[in-house]
Amino acid sequence: MEKIEKSKLSAESIEKIKALLDVFPQRKSMVLPVLHIVYEQFGYLDKEAIAEAARICDVAKVHFEEAADFYTMFPLKPVGKYLIQVCRNISCSLLGSEELVDYLKSKLGIEVGETTPDGLFTLVVVECLGSCGTAPVAQINDKYYENLTRAKIDGILSELREKA
Amino acid sequence: MSFQPFLLRAIEDDDRFDVYVKHGGYSALRKALKEFSPESLTEEVINSGLRGRGGAGFPTGRKWSFIPKNSGKPVYLCVNADESEPGTFKDRELMLKHPHLVIEGTIISAYAIKCNHAFIYIRGEFAEEARRLQKAIAEASAHGFLGENILGSGFNLRITIYRGGGAYICGEETSLMTSLEGGPGYPRVKPPFPAVSGLYGCPTIINNVETLSNLPAIVNNGADWFKSIGTPRSPGSKIFCVSGHVVRPGNYELPMGISLRELLYEHAGGIANDRNLKAVIPGGSSVPILTADKIDVRMDFESLAEAGSMLGSAGVIVIDDATCIVRAAYIISRFYQHESCGQCTPCRQGTLWMDRILHRIEHGRGRSEDLDLLLDICDNIEGNTICPLGDAAVPSVRTSIKLFREEYEYHIKHKKCLVDPVKRLS
Repeated sequence: MEKIEKSKLSAESIEKIKALLDVFPQRKSMVLPVLHIVYEQFGYLDKEAIAEAARICDVAKVHFEEAADFYTMFPLKPVGKYLIQVCRNISCSLLGSEELVDYLKSKLGIEVGETTPDGLFTLVVVECLGSCGTAPVAQINDKYYENLTRAKIDGILSELREKA
Repeated sequence: MSFQPFLLRAIEDDDRFDVYVKHGGYSALRKALKEFSPESLTEEVINSGLRGRGGAGFPTGRKWSFIPKNSGKPVYLCVNADESEPGTFKDRELMLKHPHLVIEGTIISAYAIKCNHAFIYIRGEFAEEARRLQKAIAEASAHGFLGENILGSGFNLRITIYRGGGAYICGEETSLMTSLEGGPGYPRVKPPFPAVSGLYGCPTIINNVETLSNLPAIVNNGADWFKSIGTPRSPGSKIFCVSGHVVRPGNYELPMGISLRELLYEHAGGIANDRNLKAVIPGGSSVPILTADKIDVRMDFESLAEAGSMLGSAGVIVIDDATCIVRAAYIISRFYQHESCGQCTPCRQGTLWMDRILHRIEHGRGRSEDLDLLLDICDNIEGNTICPLGDAAVPSVRTSIKLFREEYEYHIKHKKCLVDPVKRLS
């Protein structure tokens, strides 16, 4: 009898993946949507979950791994509960994004790429988020925070701490 | 009468289906299906002179007409919603505030090119925008504007939203298709052009979100009405995305051909903090920089080309005189280095070298020969790559050196900026 392993994918994720099986003219198109589903569940691209998803899709695992390597928006390792992504591109930089990063570093006591010891916040810098008219901008998980100031950062961090 | 925006419509809650319909929404689709054949609709769009709003400015109707007749293969429409060109944020506003306009435009385009399955390729970071579009698709389907036999016309269409993964390169049309097929977003050599062999090897049209959003108004008001706006060769309106050092950054939908001066000083409120204008990048980070004396240039495809730049995606990046141009060029160059897919050596290596050399100049370790070296790298990237990303990395570096050489020389000699840095974050 086939050994039944405990699934790492949630029932909800599996359902979402199965709902995509007949959407695309070619199965391989499921690669990016599946990475989004795994990212949504785990907050990063969990390798075992991807392998499991690849089996459901009947698409070779290597295609998912290649995409995970190419597409930069998905963390490959666990990150903090809140992934703070500060835009460092030209329009945000013109309006103080470097100062914003410095302020976040001092508020959180971490460097770019690090996670706070309580596991709440990971700070990274990213390229243009496509919201240059409301610079400086940061994305925290999937939400945009715009027209940022020091005072706004204080408010956002304490709000997120309370919610955690 | 003053110009009334028809894309960024001044209608509150236009993202709601009932509001959109109350203000004429989906009447153009009804009219298109009833009064036009796909061929006559294509003809109407050709006559309107509508040009692609994603950056290249190719005539939309002509692009549609390149689809081979009776190839026996399905035709696909890819809506390019991968808005990633630094300085550009117009499609985001369209999708957030006017998602039904985007969907109606998509259905009209699909009808014209006889496509039964359209994909909206939206950048992965735009989660809320994807949700709004998904909701709009569900509402349009529930009311018979999508699905089988749309409004009794016999035309079928489904729309699938496809979220990207944070790669700038996927805004390039062939890369978008390789990404949608499930691979890393590597661009393909053209020809074959997508209209002949695109997504899954089938005829494919890739249209930008803003381009498609123009279609309902063109169908409702006619090609002549559209041509009465803007300039003869760049008809219609354009959403100008103004960012950087202005009093009121934001999107401004105005007739093509408006002057840069009017855009910046009358609409965007002038330069912030009583500083002076130093430079403008008028079409997203990929186009040549203009100095402040070009303030009277007209904002359309031809006039900006004559002035030595490009309209591009109309991402108007405004730079004041307290900004170090070397740092600005370094930041832009770092971006292209980060986003180069690595397929072509001139782009992969060239953007890396430009990034490193600009980094060392910016950090006080520049050498006197660096400027000519940078210009030489520009010459070796340009025209030597599969896709336009390499070409896009060149103009900011080249024009910043040509227009502001003394600032670079000061940087190299004195190991610091010519302008004193100012605090920007409040």
